[in-house]
Amino acid sequence: MTSTETRPSTMIGRSVLRREDRRLLTGAATYLDDLELPGCYEAAFVRSPHAAARIVSIDTSAAAAMPGVIGVWTGADLPEIAKGIPPKVVHPQLRDVPRMPLPADFVKFVGEPVAVVVATSRYVAEDALDLVEVEYDVLPAVSSTGAALADGAPLIHEGADDNVAVHVVQTAGDPAAAMAAAPHRLRERFSVTRGGGHSMETRGVAARFDPTTEQLVVWDTTQSPHYVRNTLAHLYDMPEDGIRVVAPPDVGGGFGPKAQFYGEEAVIPWVARLLRNPVKWIEDRRENFVATMMERTQVHDVEIGFDDDGHILAIRNVFEHDQGAYCAGLQVPMITLSTLPGQYRIPNIHTELIACYTNMVPTSSVRGAGRPQAVVAMERMVDRAAEHLGMDPVEFRRRNLVQADEFPYRVGLTFRDGSPLTYDSGNFPLLMDETLAAFDYSGERERQTAARAEGRLVGIGVAAYVEGCGLGPYEGSRYRLLNDGTILVTLAAAPQGQGYETVYAQIAADALGMDMDLIRVTTGDTGRIPFGQGTFASRNTATAGPATLQAGDEMRGKILQVAEAMLKTSAASLEIHGDRVSVADDPSRSVTLREIAGAANVGKHGITLAPGILPGLETTVYFAPERAAYASGTHAVAVEIDPETGAIDVLRYVIGHDCGNVMNPMLVDGQVLGGFAHGIGNAMYEEPFYDETGQPQSTSYLDYSLPSSMEVPPVELVHIHTPSPLNPLGAKGAGEGGTIPVPAAIANAVEDALRPFGARITSLPITPPKIVDALSTDDLDGTGPWHG
Amino acid sequence: MKPGRFTYHAPRTVADALAVLGEHAGDAKVLAGGQSLMPLLNFRVSEPGHLVDINRLPDLSEPVRTATGWHVPALVRQRAVERSAALSGAFPLLEAALHEVAHPQIRNRGTLCGSLAHADAAAELPTVVTALDGRLRIASPRGERTVAAEDFFVFHLTTALADDELLLGVDLDDLPAGTTTSFHEFAGRRGDFALAAVAGQATRDATGVVTRCRLVAAGVGSTPLRLRAAEEGLLGARLDDSALAAAARAAAHEARPTGDVHASAGYRRDLVATLTRRVLADIAAAVPTSVPTEELTHA
Repeated sequence: MTSTETRPSTMIGRSVLRREDRRLLTGAATYLDDLELPGCYEAAFVRSPHAAARIVSIDTSAAAAMPGVIGVWTGADLPEIAKGIPPKVVHPQLRDVPRMPLPADFVKFVGEPVAVVVATSRYVAEDALDLVEVEYDVLPAVSSTGAALADGAPLIHEGADDNVAVHVVQTAGDPAAAMAAAPHRLRERFSVTRGGGHSMETRGVAARFDPTTEQLVVWDTTQSPHYVRNTLAHLYDMPEDGIRVVAPPDVGGGFGPKAQFYGEEAVIPWVARLLRNPVKWIEDRRENFVATMMERTQVHDVEIGFDDDGHILAIRNVFEHDQGAYCAGLQVPMITLSTLPGQYRIPNIHTELIACYTNMVPTSSVRGAGRPQAVVAMERMVDRAAEHLGMDPVEFRRRNLVQADEFPYRVGLTFRDGSPLTYDSGNFPLLMDETLAAFDYSGERERQTAARAEGRLVGIGVAAYVEGCGLGPYEGSRYRLLNDGTILVTLAAAPQGQGYETVYAQIAADALGMDMDLIRVTTGDTGRIPFGQGTFASRNTATAGPATLQAGDEMRGKILQVAEAMLKTSAASLEIHGDRVSVADDPSRSVTLREIAGAANVGKHGITLAPGILPGLETTVYFAPERAAYASGTHAVAVEIDPETGAIDVLRYVIGHDCGNVMNPMLVDGQVLGGFAHGIGNAMYEEPFYDETGQPQSTSYLDYSLPSSMEVPPVELVHIHTPSPLNPLGAKGAGEGGTIPVPAAIANAVEDALRPFGARITSLPITPPKIVDALSTDDLDGTGPWHG
Repeated sequence: MKPGRFTYHAPRTVADALAVLGEHAGDAKVLAGGQSLMPLLNFRVSEPGHLVDINRLPDLSEPVRTATGWHVPALVRQRAVERSAALSGAFPLLEAALHEVAHPQIRNRGTLCGSLAHADAAAELPTVVTALDGRLRIASPRGERTVAAEDFFVFHLTTALADDELLLGVDLDDLPAGTTTSFHEFAGRRGDFALAAVAGQATRDATGVVTRCRLVAAGVGSTPLRLRAAEEGLLGARLDDSALAAAARAAAHEARPTGDVHASAGYRRDLVATLTRRVLADIAAAVPTSVPTEELTHA
């Protein structure tokens, strides 16, 4: 590390334009459906139209006989892969239920695949879907956590006593006693619904089996190619080297749902292997709405205890989490569990999760991943407490913030990896100050007062959060000097638009002390690097980043060692300029990188290497962070409500953001702004509706209100930088901070706007009809219905 | 999301188009801009055996000045209507509503008449054409006929068009002097179908008394909904606060909304009141343009 620290960074921290943009902007990007696989068949899935049913029989004969159909398989036809897909994140008490690639006996949600049709084209495959006769014995279904947990609820899985998947309680201090003794206690119930990832490119898998090498090549729009490879090796009972999973360099968005593993990903490569012919499945948008995981609804019952001076004494939050029909992983509710206390010093904490099964598509992480819900629970109660005391909500927050000199700060809870939940770094008071200065908080309050005097409903909301990011276990980076004298950097993680080819070349350039032009970055191919985890949890800059830095440092050492031997001089006097290593005080003595590659990598058959020449210049470093790094942020917003229509007009929005040291400020801004669009969707628009029988009610963008550019208001960004001590780059994550506190901030602002009427906002997203309803509630303190 | 099998026809004359429609009556759909039909085909909600693409028919792409106003033929794109100074000048209501129709990319392809033939009760254009008292020109092997907009829309996604008929265009009469129009919509997102919308026109005499009035709502009935009670209450009245409030109440009363996951029936009913009042407030605030009638009729 010493040499890296003494070398000034020249590329890290610069807003370098993305290398990816040219092909993206000229329509030359290669997405999964653009791959040329001559003779490739196309697949479509028969999906359950029922939320709960026993499969009585499936007759595929008419479909199989249709011209152009290559084959039709049900779960019963594929016993070799009839294994449960292991959940991604588990808990010792999780009552896991096997999630089969193609269930043969029961379906548990609308959209669950029960058979696959492979045909010469997707058109033919879809025609054949109609000919597959499935007889179902329909069973009662459950489509909310409330219904799942009710007495006498239908059991989603046979043999269980109830629908609880896991029940976890974590405490710090003595929350029961502290709450009982608190001078003030407030309690509320919030329903927080989040939508799906809605990546522009849907899921997709293509596969080809090469019988001569016995290798199965799988192209997958996944965020985690190594996870897919490992899962396939487990399901297929094959050695992992027999499976190569490639995420194409251009994937049109991920946002969490593509970090999960789905039955279709097991079925398509398997039938390609059976058929000895390439097979491709591109999920269509209708499938995406019913079969791709989403985040959906949590219900929080939260109580806050505080004293007259506005100090939080205790917080108690019990929440229900909708796991869907199966547990694909517990990451979302476990994150919610530990995100609750946020930026505040709270001596007594009770945080309790009840995750339950329902008859809906399984849930997974979606950008923000359980944090927005926890921030709603905490930040809404902070506003309520301030209101109760007649205190400015910002002042209330300031009195409770963890201070800058308290890091590393132990929250008192346990992180999901079992270690004490610890914030590594941050400066929450400064973040609050800088954000509110940019927002002109006192000026906005004056404008609010003036607007109220005119009868206008203007409100201000603030919300703060922390985000555990840069999670382990590790991520890797591999360097190789190519024979043409350039450097190839290989990352295990796969990008979906984050700009890895650019950012990691910046880091590598600084580590190597070389021009970026000589460095190329490749990603997401298990055939190129053996181990990896993937792109999720805002983790890569803080894991793959340090790996790239350290591997680059090692690689520079090796290059200089070979140059030293070739130039017969001391490495201490060598410099790299362009494609050449030269003696510092005598530039006429130099070797090119190509010559170094020739000596060290190419060699001459049968000829002994000269002394000091290293054989094969490559190096791989896996960086394993000690624990999560904590990013943080504070958002401030002013809104105006139209009391007649309930429309919310976002007047101003300021995001204060701290993701530690920044590699490429332009890309961080892009991440924050993109995350903000997701946050606006969560706050005001997106809701995946299901009726009480578990039928999805929003299965196209006509009914699912994904915000467009027209709905996302302008936003102003403020950055502070507190480097993480947990990695040599001082980096934290930037992918989700734009999203996390938006629902809480908007809800705080809307309720503030409605405060003259005492109207309450307890359900998100906040839509205009909900606001009109809140205004016309009869129990408003003597104000009566506002409209009508 | 691939359409089922269909036979594609691209006739070059109206007669050929009518012949294909006649031959496959009930099993054929007309394709113009495709902005509603193609999603229905891809969802397999509609699986016609024959698609009759009318984009190659001649003389249907340009608005035509008539003795009493304008004729907008079947292939005039929504964007072209919006950008036509003549049409926007004659019918500001049409332009105002078009700004709420989906997004520019969709309006580039979608046609005015296509939206009418599709007849979504929450769509803007059927409502506006009803508010403008448009007349639809319809061709069939039996000849041509004209149907008033109000009679054309029968039910949600259902019109007076017979299976073998083709909508050739819509006639819109110039507005009388002293007429002002306004359009207000409330939708979940920009470009969405309306949760509710109200289109209105009113003609006032020199003293400000309403002599003619037409109010039509979208999204709160199975067709564009004439708000007749509200209209009748305004005739002979001045557009003061009490007249506006009475019209808003009447409009809410005669709206026939249904609830869905996005908004309750009650919310939509309230919206009709609010939007009706806003439409009338706009009209009240505007200075009626007194265009000499002869200039329009003899243009």
